[in-house]
Amino acid sequence: MYDTTYTRAKDASDAAKKMRAAEDGQFIAGGHTLLPTMKQRLAAPSDLIDISHIKGMADISVSRKDVTIGAAATHASVANHSKLMKVCPSLCELASHIGDPAVRNRGTIGGSIANNDPAADYPAAMVALGATIVTNKRKIRADRFFTGMFETSLKEDEVIKAVTFKAPKSGAYAKFPNPASRYAMAGVYVADHGKKDIRVGVTGASSGGVYRAKNMEKALAKDFSADAIDGCKVDEGDMLSDIHGSAAYRANLVKVMAKRAIAAAG
Amino acid sequence: MAKVEMTVNGRMTSANVEDRTLLVDYLREEKNLTGTHVGCDTSQCGACVVHVDGKAVKSCTVLAVQAAGSDVRTIEGLAGDDQLHPMQEAFRNNHGLQCGFCTPGMIMSAVDMVNRLGPKLSEATIRAELEGNICRCTGYHNIVKSIAAGAKAMGKGMKKAAE
Ligand SMILES: Cc1cc2nc3c(=O)[nH]c(=O)nc-3n(C[C@H](O)[C@H](O)[C@H](O)COP(=O)(O)OP(=O)(O)OC[C@H]3O[C@@H](n4cnc5c(N)ncnc54)[C@H](O)[C@@H]3O)c2cc1C
Repeated sequence: MYDTTYTRAKDASDAAKKMRAAEDGQFIAGGHTLLPTMKQRLAAPSDLIDISHIKGMADISVSRKDVTIGAAATHASVANHSKLMKVCPSLCELASHIGDPAVRNRGTIGGSIANNDPAADYPAAMVALGATIVTNKRKIRADRFFTGMFETSLKEDEVIKAVTFKAPKSGAYAKFPNPASRYAMAGVYVADHGKKDIRVGVTGASSGGVYRAKNMEKALAKDFSADAIDGCKVDEGDMLSDIHGSAAYRANLVKVMAKRAIAAAG
Repeated sequence: MAKVEMTVNGRMTSANVEDRTLLVDYLREEKNLTGTHVGCDTSQCGACVVHVDGKAVKSCTVLAVQAAGSDVRTIEGLAGDDQLHPMQEAFRNNHGLQCGFCTPGMIMSAVDMVNRLGPKLSEATIRAELEGNICRCTGYHNIVKSIAAGAKAMGKGMKKAAE
């Protein structure tokens, strides 16, 4: 790892100010993506601005169906939050299968969505839940937040403060983990928001990163059952192809995971 | 450089280290606590697991400055003065190790497991929870046995303490 200078931000605007002052700064939360990348010398930020100690940044609040999760909430705290478990168990379930117990004690939801790894789990949930990403500057709809593999609409000095969403009527996430890394080879989050508003978020599979399977959403709005998506095409041309699986394999996995998620969401 | 202070195994420590210093290097190089190992150095293997503020973390993927002000416990801080921790004793009695390299991390993860999930752990739970700890010699069988036994023994200890 190259040399770097570490500071802790007092609040979100302090973090943004420190970022503007830095030559080539990066925010750091859990560090479980950034530090491995720095160790490989694939990243060499001049400054690390730690946002995880900002007051309230790791809080989770649930009021009826309205959920707010602070950006620095760890995967473990999302997985084990008893009120969240009552209104949106599928998100707790998703968080409980990220990496391993030690990773879940450090990694955060804000870090995961800011990084937008095409194989990360949370992005699928964010688009399926219709979440809003709250930053120090604005509120961004999840559909507009994720703009491509490892790309988001965040500006350089923009800090995610929290994500908010309304808990769906029902939802489920089905993930086919890579047997070695446990990242998603394909992961599908299905959420039924009622009144025929069904959303399907797909991660792990597409070369463009997370996306919504709109054809499945349409089919499910008519008939919410696993069979309903039989006729839905998953375009191989958009799929990732690597040593872990071909595009055709991934396209098929997307459908299988979608069916599992639909069945689990019931 | 930063002056980094943290409690390690109940004692206040401090050292001047570069900001890029990993927690595992702070413990091993600055504090000579070489029980915490570096296996893969890529956040996968769990040989470097220590507890930070009571939670298991991979100390190869945390900067020492991130842990400043925290309460850190390493394998060296687990045993009493003249008695092994029940989880250590269980690994000894159940032949839970061969080369021993992964053992400190295994034991720290195992203690964390019991702290979170209680002393009654099924084999399936133990195996799933060991996702982030890799052993290259035992085939895990005796590690799982050791953790089940150690968990039980910790449970008895908890009961006694409660009485
Ligand atoms: C062994 C291992 C297994 C893993 N398995 C999985 C898995 O199965 N599924 C999965 O989804 N992930 C997995 N991960 C990734 C893990 O979830 C990461 O912790 C997470 O993706 C990043 O969160 P972080 O808090 O560690 O972010 P950091 O590493 O601190 O930061 C990541 C990026 O986000 C930026 N950032 C962080 N917080 C903010 C913020 N509030 N505002 C703006 N930008 C911010 C940083 O600048 C950086 O660019 C795994 C990681 C490891 C090491």
